[in-house]
This record gives sequence, C-alpha cells and structure tokens, in this order.
Amino acid sequence: MQKTVKQEMTALAGDQAVAYAVKQSDVDVVAAYPITPQTIIVEKFSEYVADGEVETEFVCVESEHSAMAASIAASATGARAFTATASAGLALMHEMLFVASGCRTPVVMAVANRALSAPLNIHGDHSDSMAQRDSGWIQLYAENSQEAYDSIIQAFRIAENLDVLLPVMVGLDGFTLSHTLENVETLPEEAVKEFVGVRKFPNVLTHNGKTAPFKLDPANPMTMGPIALQNYYFEFKRQQEEGMEHAVNVIQEVNNEYAKISGRSYGNGLVEKYCLEDAEVAAICLGSTAGTMKTVVDDLRQEGIKAGLLRLRTFRPLPVEEIRSALANVKALAVMDKCMSFGGNGGPVFHEFRHLFYDAAKRPYIVNYIYGLGGRDTSPRELRSIYETLQGILQTGCVEKPIQYLGLRG
Amino acid sequence: MTTQEWKFTAKDIAEKPDLFLAGHRACAGCGPATVFRMIMKATRGPTIVTEATGCMEVVSSIYPYTSWAVPWLHTAFETSASNASGIEAALKIMKKKGRLNHEHVDVIAFAGDGGTYDIGIQALSGAVERGHDFLFVLYDNEAYMNTGIQRSGGTPHGAATTTSPAGKSIPGKLEYKKPIADIMVAHNMPYVATASPYYWKDLMTKVRKGLEVEGPAFLHVFAPCPRGWRSDPAKSMEYSKLAVESCVFPVWESVNGHCQLSIPSKLISLAPQKKRPVDEYLKGQGRFRHIFKPQNKKLLVDVQRMTDARWECLLRKCGETPKTA
Amino acid sequence: MTHHNKNWKEIAPAGVCSKSSIGFLTGDWKTYTPVRDPEKCTRCVLCVIFCPDGAIKWHPEKNDIEFDYNFCKGCGICANQCPTNAITMRLEQESK
Repeated sequence: MQKTVKQEMTALAGDQAVAYAVKQSDVDVVAAYPITPQTIIVEKFSEYVADGEVETEFVCVESEHSAMAASIAASATGARAFTATASAGLALMHEMLFVASGCRTPVVMAVANRALSAPLNIHGDHSDSMAQRDSGWIQLYAENSQEAYDSIIQAFRIAENLDVLLPVMVGLDGFTLSHTLENVETLPEEAVKEFVGVRKFPNVLTHNGKTAPFKLDPANPMTMGPIALQNYYFEFKRQQEEGMEHAVNVIQEVNNEYAKISGRSYGNGLVEKYCLEDAEVAAICLGSTAGTMKTVVDDLRQEGIKAGLLRLRTFRPLPVEEIRSALANVKALAVMDKCMSFGGNGGPVFHEFRHLFYDAAKRPYIVNYIYGLGGRDTSPRELRSIYETLQGILQTGCVEKPIQYLGLRG
Repeated sequence: MTTQEWKFTAKDIAEKPDLFLAGHRACAGCGPATVFRMIMKATRGPTIVTEATGCMEVVSSIYPYTSWAVPWLHTAFETSASNASGIEAALKIMKKKGRLNHEHVDVIAFAGDGGTYDIGIQALSGAVERGHDFLFVLYDNEAYMNTGIQRSGGTPHGAATTTSPAGKSIPGKLEYKKPIADIMVAHNMPYVATASPYYWKDLMTKVRKGLEVEGPAFLHVFAPCPRGWRSDPAKSMEYSKLAVESCVFPVWESVNGHCQLSIPSKLISLAPQKKRPVDEYLKGQGRFRHIFKPQNKKLLVDVQRMTDARWECLLRKCGETPKTA
Repeated sequence: MTHHNKNWKEIAPAGVCSKSSIGFLTGDWKTYTPVRDPEKCTRCVLCVIFCPDGAIKWHPEKNDIEFDYNFCKGCGICANQCPTNAITMRLEQESK
C-alpha cells in the first residue's frame, strides 16, 4: 500500500504510543487517575501539559469514577474528552460507563488490560474490559503498540461519528504492550489533526421547540441525562443499539481512510484474517496473543497443516457476519479467552462464538481455551498444542473437553 | 454585575423570570423547590447546572418534561462535583481555542445531603482541592428523601428515619450531624457559606458571592422536607426561620478562611435572649415526636446541649464572645 | 396532560427533554386553595418569593400579584408566611 504521508519511526511503549496519539488528536479535556499498567499514559501526557506541548485541560482527578464523570461532563459540554485506566479503575468506573454510552458522549478511553483482584495482580488479562462488555461501549483490542497508537486516533473518528455517537475503549495488553518498547511509526501532527477533525454535533429538538447542536450551551439550553421511566427508557436503549449497528460500517470506513494516510490497516477494522482461506483448524484471539499465534501458524503451515487465525479487533459491536464468513470453511475452532466467566460454562468470547454459530449453515467444532490469567506467560509450544488438539478432534469427531485451561498446573 | 450593584429587592426578584420552572413534580410545600427557585433567580448570566441524583433531579426532569431553563446535566448520585470539574475544564479550554460563544459561563453543581455528606464527598473534596471555578450547592433536607427517608450523614441527632427509626431500644439516629461546612472550610477554599431560605436575601446574596469568587464555592442550604420530616407543608419556611433562631442551623460565611456570622445569626449573638430553645423548632416535626416522650427526656437535653456547644464553637470561630441569655 | 408517546426513531438521543414542564400542570394536586383578600394584601411579594411552585406571579405593570392555580399544589406556605394574613386556605370546593 502506498504511503501518502511521511512518517517517523520512534521506539515507544504502548502507553507512550497512546499518550502520543492523544497529544496529536486535538483533545480538549483529559481527566485521568493513575493505575498500573496505565500510569505511563498519564505521566507522559502530564509532561506534554507541563511543557506546554498540548492545548488540553488535564484534570488530575481523585478517582477513576470521577475521571469518567468529568469526561462525560466535558464531552457533554462539547469538548473532545479522553481518559485511560485499567483493572480496578475500570471496575470503579463501571456505573459511569453506562452513563457515558446512555448520554451518547463520545469519550475515548485507553484500557491497559489487567487482571482484577483478588488476589491482587497487576499483570495483563482481559477480565477488566470483558466485565464491561454490556456497558454500551465500542471495544477495540490492539495487537501491538503501533496498533494502539493508530486505534486511539481512529477511535475519536468512530466515537464522534454522528451515526454512532458512542464511547470507545481501546484495549492494550498490560505490560506486554503497555510497557514494552516497539518501533512505532507516527504520523505528523497536522495529518492526525486533519484526520480527526473538529468535533461535530447532531442537531436535536429541545424543550424550547428549537433545533440546536447536542451539547450544553447557554445559547441553546437543553436537559441531558433526565429520568426516563417505563414510557421512554426502552426507546433510548434501542437508539444505542442503532449506534452500535452503525459502528460496524463506520469502523471499516475509518480503517480504510486511515490506511490511505498511514499505509496501515487492521484487517477490515473489525477482524483480521491470517491464513484463513483454506484453513481447517483455526484459533481466534484478541490482543497481543495474535502476534505469537501468527508465528505458530507460520510454523504449522510449513509443516503442511492447514492452520489459520482470526484476530478479533472489534469485540463490540460483535461483527457477526464478518466472523461467520471468515470462518465459513473452518472445521475445528479454538476460542481463546484471557478471562473467566465463573460458572458460565466457558469464557465470554467463547459464549459469543458459540452463539453466533448456532444458526450458521455450517458449524465447526468449538473448543474454549482459557489462558494467561494474571499475566501468566503463554509459550509458542502451548499455543501449538491448541492446533494439535483441534487436529485430534477432526480425527475423532469428538470434543472431549470443550473448556480447557492452558498453562494451568494440575 | 457585582453583588453590590444588584439590589436584591423583593420586587426585583419577584419580577425576574424563573429558571427553575413551574410544573416540576416536587411535593407540596417542598423546601428544596423554593431553594432552587431562589438560587436560579440569583444567577448572573450564562450558567450550566449539573445535579446529583436525588429528589430535585427527579422531580425536575421526568422525560419528556424538564423544569430547567438553563443547560442541565445529570449523570449519577456521587458525581455532581466531578461533573462540574469536567464542565468547567471544557469551558476553559474551549474558550482558549475560540470554540465558546460566551465570555464566561458559571457552573453550579447541586446535590442533596446524600450526594454531599456521604456518597459524593470524595468527588467534592477532589474538585475543591483542584480549585475548579464552580459553585456547589448542598440542599440539605437531612435524609435520603428520594428513596424513602433513610438517614444520611446530614440527618440530625435524634431524628427518626426509615433506617434510624425511633424504636423501643434505640430512639432515632444516635449519631450527630456531620459538620460539612466546617469540613469544606478546612479545604482552604475561597468561599463557604450556610443559608436558610426564610432569609431569602441572605441566601441569594451568598449565591452571587459564590458565583463571583474565583475558584470553588460551597453553599450549604437548609431545606425542609414536609414529607420526610412529617411536618406541615405550610410550615417549610417557618422551620427555616426556627432552625436559625434556635441556632440549630446558624447562618454564616467564610471568606478565604475568615469566618463571620450572617445578620440573622449575628442578631442572636448580640441578643442571646432571642435564641429560642430547640424544642420550639423540634415540636411539630413528626421525625422528632418521640423525643418529647418522658423516657427520652435525656435525648432532648442532649440535642439542646449539642446545639449550644456547636453554636459556641461557631461564635469563637467568628471572633464573637459567647454570652448567656 | 396526555401525549402521544413517540417511537425510538422520533426522539432526540440521550433523553434530551422535548417539553418544558410549564406544559405539565400540577394544579390538580391540591386539596386547599389559597384565596387572597386584596384589601389586606400589601403587595410585599413574599408569597411570590417563597412559593415552591412558581405559582404566584408578580405583575409590576398592574402592581399586583396573581395566583396561577394551574401549578399551585395548595401547600399553604403563602398563607402561613403572609405578614398581613391576607391569604387563607380553603377547601377547593369552598373556594369556587
């Protein structure tokens, strides 16, 4: 793909890449509270503020709950708002996440994915953001620091799209991405500013009978976040779902448009297919695991095994059609979950995949692998064993253990 | 316009259009509704209001109806001050970037006692520490009225609520009311005041001062709730007066840490014989009915003792010499 | 007081209110109605200031107040606070 903009190669950890993307995206308000492994984002951004490199109000709040409340309010006032958190911080925000999506405030948030207590653990898994699955947020998961950088820039465009108008969280795996230096190509600031543009607002009908831009402005008073009871609450929830449905297209459009200036794209923005055309056995995963998984697939291919990988970049909205068509010919599928759904008969991603194949024309065998909890390292050898198990299933025609724990002792 | 220029005559206020509109669904005789009307009439220009979940939020925004003539945002119970932080930060930067069509916009955050003393105190403390330019109004009806009269940190000693009922062994709330305004003064914030709607001019002047001061301002407003207090709806303003006259709720202000009594309380400090015994304030309120039973005599004495002790403490803070009637 | 409930495609996002509560009349809540004796009334407008419901209007051009019974909930604060006892609360049927 031809690059239309000259870029700079810099060694950046995932958190630094996120902070840099925010710096370039003409963000008005950043309200954030530090938590491992997100800290570098707020530290780095504080440096930009201290050095006068950004035109942004940095609100160093006293909790993540207030971080989200301030971000929602800033966004409702018309500002472009960003925050970042992880783990317990995201859990503390839980209440406000629903408010952000319900108020249709296009806040963008980086989540340096980390395990939830107890026991206390600061390392990476997806328990934090998976627990926010139904909060009405769009969820993107980055494979590497480059993608974290690119996704933050794209997230503003997706969130603020008038047909979407929903908050977006971008997940990057704690420590694996957040704290690991990688080469990251960065766009010139002008190119990013042009790409994200100035925030636009839909016109809404207010109680004065006027049509006005959707924000808190004394020139056009409107009431945001009222109480809506049995007669209307349901209608507002349906509107949110419509935003999610639009997001399926908008994420793809933004991915394509971004490719034109950067030369980089992530599958179609929703899913990334790797060696799937003729694959018989395939795995699906989110985030940084895909990097290791791709080398495993390469090795297997060299051995003549028809292995493939689907990386789910967009978890919400779940790209049902794209997943079904990408996996149409796969016979045995391993679904990787870096998270538990206790008592739920498998992990959350597994549930999604089983459900979307229920009414598919052809259904593969599906096995769930729960792995990497609390930052437990997963080796290429272990990942390879997944494909071996899938091959065994194809031979026997029987899934003996549909839920497996990878890398667990005993 | 400054406080000095604005006259606050009764007729000026009466003439000024309501920004907290009629048709809200507060109970008959609602103290907070009067308080909200007064406060909104005391605003000085473009204003954005944010409000914590609670009675007044609910009664004023039942979709599709709104009682707010100004831009208004509600997000949650504990977020009034953190919302104000976000709004103020947004206004500041948008003005800098030339994206704001107003020279200045005032920000007012409303919360009840639950949203201030209890669940909202962390966000409030943080927002004040960060120095955001906003006015936080606590309308204190002394319990969680919206959910059915449960006790809060602002519920006074002895009051019966649904979670501190007057039972056979426990006579209502045993704990004392949290000194929230003192806690705010301890934040070294530029302006803290208490006010009671009976003294409407004092209340509205304090709203103005709170808006004019640069940085955070905290206004603690007494707000009788006939439903929760089991009191006569017609007497909400009467209790607002009695609370001040009995020194249960003295009115004062602290400007940059300098504390002084406001006129209604100042008059009592000058003429202690005007200070009314607490039972004159308590009687008639169903929430204190049990206090007047013979077996609870000690409780009544204790309420008077604590009221006097807090009043004397306030007098000392204001540089007044406690006098006895 | 009734209105047609709109469908989800017809309403503004996020619950932006479409009507002012001025259109929601609360006057039928009351049991007692304030009735004023214009002779006793000094037009001090304290009732206008204290009314929780904005149901008493001051008309400077007429130099007089006026009750808006569409909103008055009959709480009686105006009668209780009137310095000249010019307002009395009457059962609604008596006042008509």
